[in-house]
Amino acid sequence: MSVDVIPLYLTFKLACFSALILFFLALPLIFWLYFTRSPLGYTVRALVNLPLVLPPVVFGFYLLLFFSPAHPLGHFLQYAFHLRLVFSFEGLVVGSLLLNVPFMVNPILSALEALPASLCEASLVLGKGRWTTFRRVLIPSIRPALLTGCVLTFAHTIGEFGMVLMIGGKIPGVTRVASIAVYDEVESLNFGAAHLYCAALVAASFAVLLILLLVNKRFARTW
Amino acid sequence: MPSFSLSVRKRLQTADGERVLDITMEVGANERVALFGPSGAGKTTLLRMIAGLSTPDSGRIAFNNEVWFDSETGINVPSQNRGVGFVFQDYALFPAMSVEKNIAYGLRKAQTSRRKDFLLESFGLQEFRHRLPHTLSGGQRQRTALARALAPNPRILLLDEPLSALDPLMRASLQEELDRTHRQMPVPTILVSHDMAEIFRLSNRVFCLQSGAIVKSGPPREVFGGSDDRLRFTGTVLSKSDQGVLCILTVAVGAEVSSIAVLRDEAQNLSPGDRVGISAKSFNPDVKKLEIG
Repeated sequence: MSVDVIPLYLTFKLACFSALILFFLALPLIFWLYFTRSPLGYTVRALVNLPLVLPPVVFGFYLLLFFSPAHPLGHFLQYAFHLRLVFSFEGLVVGSLLLNVPFMVNPILSALEALPASLCEASLVLGKGRWTTFRRVLIPSIRPALLTGCVLTFAHTIGEFGMVLMIGGKIPGVTRVASIAVYDEVESLNFGAAHLYCAALVAASFAVLLILLLVNKRFARTW
Repeated sequence: MPSFSLSVRKRLQTADGERVLDITMEVGANERVALFGPSGAGKTTLLRMIAGLSTPDSGRIAFNNEVWFDSETGINVPSQNRGVGFVFQDYALFPAMSVEKNIAYGLRKAQTSRRKDFLLESFGLQEFRHRLPHTLSGGQRQRTALARALAPNPRILLLDEPLSALDPLMRASLQEELDRTHRQMPVPTILVSHDMAEIFRLSNRVFCLQSGAIVKSGPPREVFGGSDDRLRFTGTVLSKSDQGVLCILTVAVGAEVSSIAVLRDEAQNLSPGDRVGISAKSFNPDVKKLEIG
């Protein structure tokens, strides 16, 4: 029996891209949320957490609508940047970035809020601005939470199904990731292949979480 | 001429309900001033307002001719531009930075290395320079925090109970160090403290705060009444036992516990937990030198 490994490769590629890109995109947002006193902060926090309560398939549905070349946004992206976000790997990445915002933002933000306020104040009094304080004092003080944010995003992307199916379709070699491959194989009663994909996903997810725990334990000891 | 003047009002939420902090004070060039008073009196809030970490409801704060805060003209200079040195009660050392990086943090690039070495040396931190704060002892952390606050040559130094977390022996040696530091690098200093001995040693003027107002101020000797020939202590009653006409009180004074006998009538309204002031004639008591360590 030959098993197509490309869905597994796509899944891990998507998970790596999502975690890495989202980490850098989320930092300015976290910075703003941490320092803002504007009432808008609460609205943005609610928006950030929306993907937690919304079924991913709903998310995928709206993305499919907005990114389709028939919609002004999709049309604009296609003609201005030659970027087609429906039924493409780039579309999966964008969808996954949006869907994972709470998994990246929440652990980092709550770690920041658990730091004593005096750390930030000490840096301000020493003549540094907020961004310098954030970059040089606050962020390095919460390294375990940074890792947690990345790992949660990575792991959550591995398991994503509804959004990926909606916006990606299931184009073999492009958007047919492992979770969709499992579903396909089961539908065609091909249980052997489904078993292999599932076992690979279980093993990878478990390994990632184990590494997270071990690394955090090491941080806790040296800190 | 006072180099620093302040006159502020702020409503505070305390454990005993709302209270108004209303303070006017001046600090001269290189003067060392202490704020003394019970917790909740507003001492820390006052320091925070000077540093720009807390905003008064109204008033004015000025350093020489430079206005840091004025509610009438709407001036409020942000913390980072005031040039104050602040030593926090919890030291607030940056956990991911070594001792020397903590100290160098507030320095400009050009002055970094020489100034850093000077501070490491004068605070005896040379051998710990690469250590992270969590591996240091309480005294080493305190010295690092002080060195970090002094590094950028602050215009005023604010110390928020800097020694309260340390044991008495360490306190004594760091008080000496603070005293020496002030002689080496004179800078106007405001110290918040609960400890009279510390205030005697480290300040030439003390402001007593109570319920948000200054109730007494002057040289420590006058304010704490050391001028007559009596020994004075403040302590806490731990227990009380009636012995006929006398009553034996066990009182904790600082780190020591003593038993004292008083007339039963005098002890009538005392109960364990009460704060008491004790004074006795100070003529010819036994005085012995203690060996440190």
